[in-house]
Amino acid sequence: MHCLWCDQVIIPEMSWSNIFFLDKPKNLCDVCESKLEKLTGKRCKRCSRLSDTAECNDCMWWDKHLKGQDSLNSNYSVFAYNSYMQEIIAKWKYRGDYQLGDSFQQLFRNVFLQHFTSLPKEAVAIPIPLSVERMKDRKFNQARVLADFLPLKSIEIITRTDSEKQSKKTRQERLSTKNPFSITETVNKPVILVDDIYTTGTTLRHAATLLKENGCPLVYAYTLIRG
Amino acid sequence: MFNVQSPQLNTPIHENKVLNKSELSYLFSGKLLLRKEIPLTEEQFQELISSSCFTPIPSIKKKLFQPQCQRCGNVKHSLFATIPCQSCKTTHLYCRKCIEMGRIIECEPLYFWNGPNVNWPIHESPCSWSGQLTDDQQRAADRISTAIVTNEKEMLVWAVCGAGKTEMLFPGITEALRLGKRICLATPRADVVRELQPRLEQAFSEVSIQALYGGSEEKKATAQFIIATTHQLLRFKQAFDVMIIDEIDAFPYHADPSLPFSANRAIKKDGTNIYLTATPRQKHRIQIARKKLPHIFVPIRFHGRPLPVPIFKMCSSLKKDLKKSLPPKAFFKWYKQRERPERQLLFFVPTITLAEKMKAELTIRLLNEGLIKKESEIVFVHASDQDRTEKVNQFRQKKMSILITTTILERGVTFPSVDVVIVDAGNRIFDEAALVQIAGRAGRSPNDPTGDVLFFHDGKTEAMVQAVKSIIAMNKRGGFR
Ligand SMILES: [Zn+2]
Ligand SMILES: [Zn+2]
Ligand SMILES: [Zn+2]
Ligand SMILES: [Zn+2]
Repeated sequence: MHCLWCDQVIIPEMSWSNIFFLDKPKNLCDVCESKLEKLTGKRCKRCSRLSDTAECNDCMWWDKHLKGQDSLNSNYSVFAYNSYMQEIIAKWKYRGDYQLGDSFQQLFRNVFLQHFTSLPKEAVAIPIPLSVERMKDRKFNQARVLADFLPLKSIEIITRTDSEKQSKKTRQERLSTKNPFSITETVNKPVILVDDIYTTGTTLRHAATLLKENGCPLVYAYTLIRG
Repeated sequence: MFNVQSPQLNTPIHENKVLNKSELSYLFSGKLLLRKEIPLTEEQFQELISSSCFTPIPSIKKKLFQPQCQRCGNVKHSLFATIPCQSCKTTHLYCRKCIEMGRIIECEPLYFWNGPNVNWPIHESPCSWSGQLTDDQQRAADRISTAIVTNEKEMLVWAVCGAGKTEMLFPGITEALRLGKRICLATPRADVVRELQPRLEQAFSEVSIQALYGGSEEKKATAQFIIATTHQLLRFKQAFDVMIIDEIDAFPYHADPSLPFSANRAIKKDGTNIYLTATPRQKHRIQIARKKLPHIFVPIRFHGRPLPVPIFKMCSSLKKDLKKSLPPKAFFKWYKQRERPERQLLFFVPTITLAEKMKAELTIRLLNEGLIKKESEIVFVHASDQDRTEKVNQFRQKKMSILITTTILERGVTFPSVDVVIVDAGNRIFDEAALVQIAGRAGRSPNDPTGDVLFFHDGKTEAMVQAVKSIIAMNKRGGFR
């Protein structure tokens, strides 16, 4: 096995505990894995941002703006967006190095199992979709890759109708644009929206609103990175 | 491998303008491009496909089940992966090796221009350089010209560090331009491309010249004379009549099979390869010895003085000193009583970490002993240093006394008057070629044609012994005793 980031050969370590069952092959070498920054310590219970208070400024802003009617129950993220992560994400998403996504497989699944302990069995995962244009270029949706790592049924029932070129817009500008998603099927079970990054939370809230308008009882978000 | 920055051709500049075939051929002939690197509307593009001006070529070919990326030549298993393609609903291979230049995936072909060829202009007397070559340079220059004029397949120029190889190329380039040939001068490092560009533009002012490197402003590569990093050759196919590869023995060219692969593809079938090196690798030396590779040897520096021969300084406590990030005692002893204290000092160490720490320790020591006056007189530089070019320029302008560096400055850079030291010269990172190149930094200017070269070590290595042997051998061939 070679490290997906630096291509060094990874030699699995032998110990008494794994002498009969070797650990699952690792996708990143120890050096590369150690540069990923897992979120730890006090954070906002609603959006996973590092925060000394239970609810961060961002989320208080949302409360005021939405008058307490937030469509998104909460977001939970695994990693911080450090410069190393930015490099990996750029290569994975923008350069289209599909396999690099496997670097996150184990942690993304394990943290999910630790965090969403009281989730009803019927809950489903829904990845945030790419626009048709983007998909034609990239050939895979990174959010779906992440959703497929989870021990949940994953369904693709929302589609993207805009051209997705909004990364440079401010939150205000993003909010004032109309909902970029449409729905192809309704769902009446709790939903985990899956995406690679929670930045302002606008995109996820657009999707959550649409789901709730169409009869979905509860919407959480689970994201790889808190931007 | 993962840090290739690449100019891309993806701005749709021609969307509203229909180009004629001749303009198109300048843009696309000799290139091997992905659809997204061809800045034409779908309509224009389809028209060129149906008129066979563009030929699609499979981007990944399988030979006996082993896939090969047709852009970078990668065959390494761990650098291929698969994507369940959402457009085709099947799984494809893609190449991870050259992905920084845009992803090569099975379902997207590469396109090669098959339309009209470019008729490159014939330049009667393109060279405005008025300098004089030495007899040795002239001999090599004549040999290079002959190779180009008679379409020889390849030849190697073995010229010692400081032989003045750029000027030796001028007559050959002139002949090529007289015959309307297209030329590429490729070198492993972007620094060197940036340094060569103004010199060549000045010497060949009427010729279209473009410089290509990761992050270069120029991206279209439409000139008759291209100066490029070897990485940039990944986008060319049958483009050049003359391909000059500088520092053919250097990293990454000799270590990364993609680079020779793409260089071979970038030259036309009857083109001429000229290889330049001061320290040929084993492979080329054997070919020379067996007379399989024509070569010319230039054993003398352009100023006519011999190469400085390194002096070994055994330091038995080197390991202890290095733990404290200190240079050995012998270094201080030499530094205090060296012959020409006005010379600047190029100070090589094996690793970045050591360079940084040693800078700190050395600064304290030399300040204490009054050997330097300000902290800013010592600077360290390494491969991923953003201010590298700036620091090197400041050193060249003598704004500081000591430059501590890793092997990145082993070649391609010239300073007029320096002494050179290596601390831990026995480290594996300093192979024979690196040691010869490092020694070759000293004595480059006619005003100061010598310099001290010291290797501090705690046990001679084969590389050190061979390096000195080969320097002495070159001096002998140059007529020095
Ligand atoms: Zn690694
Ligand atoms: Zn929050
Ligand atoms: Zn490739
Ligand atoms: Zn496909």
